[in-house]
Amino acid sequence: MKSSIAPRRAAAIAGARRGSLSGWMFVVPALIAYCAFVIYPLILGIQYSFYKWNGVGPSEFVGLKNYIRVFTDPTLLGSIGNAFVLIAFFTLIPVSAGLVLATLIRSMRPGPFSSLSQTILFLPQIIPLAAAGIAWSWMYAQTGAVNQALNAIGLGNLARPWLGDFQTALPAVGLIGSWVLTGLCTVLFLTGIGKIDQSLYEAVRLDGASWWREFITITIPGLRQEIAVLVTITIIAALSSFDIIYTTTLGGPGRSTLVPGISIYRIGFTQSNVGLASAFGIVLMVLVLACVLPIQRLARASSK
Amino acid sequence: MIVNKTEAILGRVILIVVLVLTVIPLVNMLSAALQPADTNPTGLTFTSDPQWINFVTAFEKGNVWRLMGSSLFIVVFVVPISLVCATLAGYALGNLRIAGARFLFLFFILGLTIPFEALIIPLYYEVQALGILNTQWAVIFPLIGLYMPFSVIWMRAHFIGVPAELSEAARVDGASRWQEFRSIQLPLARPALSALAILLFLWTWNQFLLPVVLIADPLNRTVAGALTFFQGQYSSSIPLLNAGALIIIVPTIVVFVIFQRQFIQALLQGAVKG
Repeated sequence: MKSSIAPRRAAAIAGARRGSLSGWMFVVPALIAYCAFVIYPLILGIQYSFYKWNGVGPSEFVGLKNYIRVFTDPTLLGSIGNAFVLIAFFTLIPVSAGLVLATLIRSMRPGPFSSLSQTILFLPQIIPLAAAGIAWSWMYAQTGAVNQALNAIGLGNLARPWLGDFQTALPAVGLIGSWVLTGLCTVLFLTGIGKIDQSLYEAVRLDGASWWREFITITIPGLRQEIAVLVTITIIAALSSFDIIYTTTLGGPGRSTLVPGISIYRIGFTQSNVGLASAFGIVLMVLVLACVLPIQRLARASSK
Repeated sequence: MIVNKTEAILGRVILIVVLVLTVIPLVNMLSAALQPADTNPTGLTFTSDPQWINFVTAFEKGNVWRLMGSSLFIVVFVVPISLVCATLAGYALGNLRIAGARFLFLFFILGLTIPFEALIIPLYYEVQALGILNTQWAVIFPLIGLYMPFSVIWMRAHFIGVPAELSEAARVDGASRWQEFRSIQLPLARPALSALAILLFLWTWNQFLLPVVLIADPLNRTVAGALTFFQGQYSSSIPLLNAGALIIIVPTIVVFVIFQRQFIQALLQGAVKG
């Protein structure tokens, strides 16, 4: 027996099918914008990457030469290596600190203090990254607050211009990323913890489990999805960092904080080697995909 | 939740330390900004004679009015145009389920993880060929395109959640597709739209790479892009540089504190959906 809604629904579906062409009209503006400023430059970039071109003169087809250079030139390889070091600071520190902080805030009674701490932790996420770079250049300066604090606690012999020192520049820049991203991780984990069944916590507490045990057996498994999301976002942020480095070190001293974004900018616009810069851009894109896809797959597999 | 006392105290202490570490760089900027403009301050020190005049000087020397106007001009085009395009496309992909919707969805996802740095070189030459290099349009048009994958996927996620019965009822009642879209779908989409608007505003206002590369005159950039100009302008005066940077930061913080709830929600949903 057919329900009385069936003919209505059939009519509606038929109507939708008939209007498929007019349905496509809805997508056209978005499609034009996307194709014109993402797909077209992507194809253009792939084309450039096979040529030697200085941006104005004639160009010369060089095949895979630019790509070979990306993978053999120590400067370019070094900048990829630096980007992977930054993952420790952009991903590892914020995600683990976020997990701990979210658990701490959660264990407090909801009130003005816990909501105020959320607001404060979120502040670095709101301001322009370039401004964070300026704030921290001043923190790290020879006469800045970091050295001042070291002097105050009697560790004055460690004081140095942190961003100007070959040994410390990269970790110093990385910590700016930790400062920016920890708040985002904390607040996202907080909402995630809110969705975990509270009776689970009560059960392990009754069993006399320690804070640590509870953290490992309930909180972390319960936050799998949030962890996957944040690891993805922060890895992309680390591999494609630009703003912070541009306003703090511009890749220096030497090449100690050079990252792919800054390399592309320098090669393409300062050295006018458009082909090589484009090839590096494509490599960066593939690198991001190669890091992000496995995480997504892993997250999907574990949630099933 | 039952927590024993030492854990509670330890937790509070750790949290307070982290909060202090979060705020210090910002307070440190303020303390430097209030020192006399011609001195070289040392670390975090508060002067007994704060030089608020530095903010006025930085404001004038930095042409902040012009910069804010330029940023606003860019935002006023990027945000509404992106919203309109994304809403229409999200509706077609999520609600109408047009033929090829799945393919189109995957096509947009393709653009989601492309870092802007990977496209910046070809974008420069494309914008140059269009004759808009060094104008605000050089940032406006590319940003609309670059934000499109995220915006479309965001709006599609909203429209997929709207029960199909609603639009079927409207169609049976003889509403045209456009009428149905305007009087039923748009009002329902308001929360998703305002969250997306907040995100797009923040990303545009803070956008750095595109203005720095595509607009040579810093005064035509976004305020964030103009920070490099401040760095050059005030390289000799740490107090003025910090005052200038604070002037740029404050509007975003004010907007954040006002719309805090929506902001955090938008950013979190953005993280999950993105």
